[in-house]
Amino acid sequence: MGASPQPAASSSTEVAFPSGAGIIARIKEAGIREIVALPDIVTSDGLLWPISVDPDFRLTRICKEDEGVSICGAMSYNGTRALLMMQQTGLMDSLNAIRAIGVDYELPIVMMVGLQGKEPHVKPDQSASYGVRIIRPVLDAMAISHSLIEEPEDIDHIPQAVEAAYAGSRPHIFLIGRSPEAP
Amino acid sequence: MIIDRDAALGAMIPHVTERDIVVAVYQSCFDWLQLNPRDLNYVAVGAMGQASSHGLGLALANPERRVIVLDGDGSLLMNLGSLVTIANSGVSNLYHFLAANRIYEVNGAHPLPGADRVDFVGFARSAGYAGSQGFRELELFTDALPHILAAPGPQFVSMEVRAGKPYPRDYHYIHSAKARKTFRDALNQS
Repeated sequence: MGASPQPAASSSTEVAFPSGAGIIARIKEAGIREIVALPDIVTSDGLLWPISVDPDFRLTRICKEDEGVSICGAMSYNGTRALLMMQQTGLMDSLNAIRAIGVDYELPIVMMVGLQGKEPHVKPDQSASYGVRIIRPVLDAMAISHSLIEEPEDIDHIPQAVEAAYAGSRPHIFLIGRSPEAP
Repeated sequence: MIIDRDAALGAMIPHVTERDIVVAVYQSCFDWLQLNPRDLNYVAVGAMGQASSHGLGLALANPERRVIVLDGDGSLLMNLGSLVTIANSGVSNLYHFLAANRIYEVNGAHPLPGADRVDFVGFARSAGYAGSQGFRELELFTDALPHILAAPGPQFVSMEVRAGKPYPRDYHYIHSAKARKTFRDALNQS
């Protein structure tokens, strides 16, 4: 949270959106039952609201994003898998915690980050929004693994990416470039 | 009255069982590591202010264990929202102790903002902890400890302290892979 909504750039380009139900199914397939989250308008209807009423998950609502980095990192010590959800503004606010707990301490912090303000028809690096445009370069500079979810088929790599994060004990960040469709 | 921090921590030692996880930060951590070295001491919190959140993650993932957090007052001020998160999380196995010395002890001993009036006990009570109390006298603290640690959490205890003996600050150890491995192995063996 923390940024004002920005209108997406107008375009007549038709785009497809990823399925929220499909993402949730793949989160479960990855063995994740703990969700730690701050609301994000990109993922609110398609992911967080459905997750909040799904009995397969335990949702821990947090007050600030870096809390979640610590919660998920601490959970990982006994193998508990967790997903941390937030908006990219919160990601930027949490970079020191991710640096310390995820990278320096080599812990598997898996995050799903909504790119609020990104136009659906462009890649993040071409967004008119500075706050969106810088995200991937910042993560690259920190050598943090990340992947983009915006086309419907992008969701298929979720289980494998989560598995790799836990196998390698390192962070992975899914960047959500288009609002997932509500189930 | 005010309590020597190492005396307060020393009073806790008989009540910390083999299975308890202890999350400790800054000078309380350095004191605790000297006073009660044990494999289930969790010392790698990474970023200032995060002890309570690490404690919550451990409490959620290990409901059969008590998680005792030895927090600092400057640290907690960086993460006050965690009090609300913890109180709302549903955990009953988290015990949050605060060493309130009202200064940034390891960063030049500068005073906290509002050092002479911040009410940490009030913060935790308002956030919704199951219990919240403060102590300025060692004897009263010692007498209350078994009851606090037997009560359903989350429980908050503010200890008004001053530095005790000058225990060494071993930053290398607390950030080391060895410290994390020792904790992980102990957690998953017992």
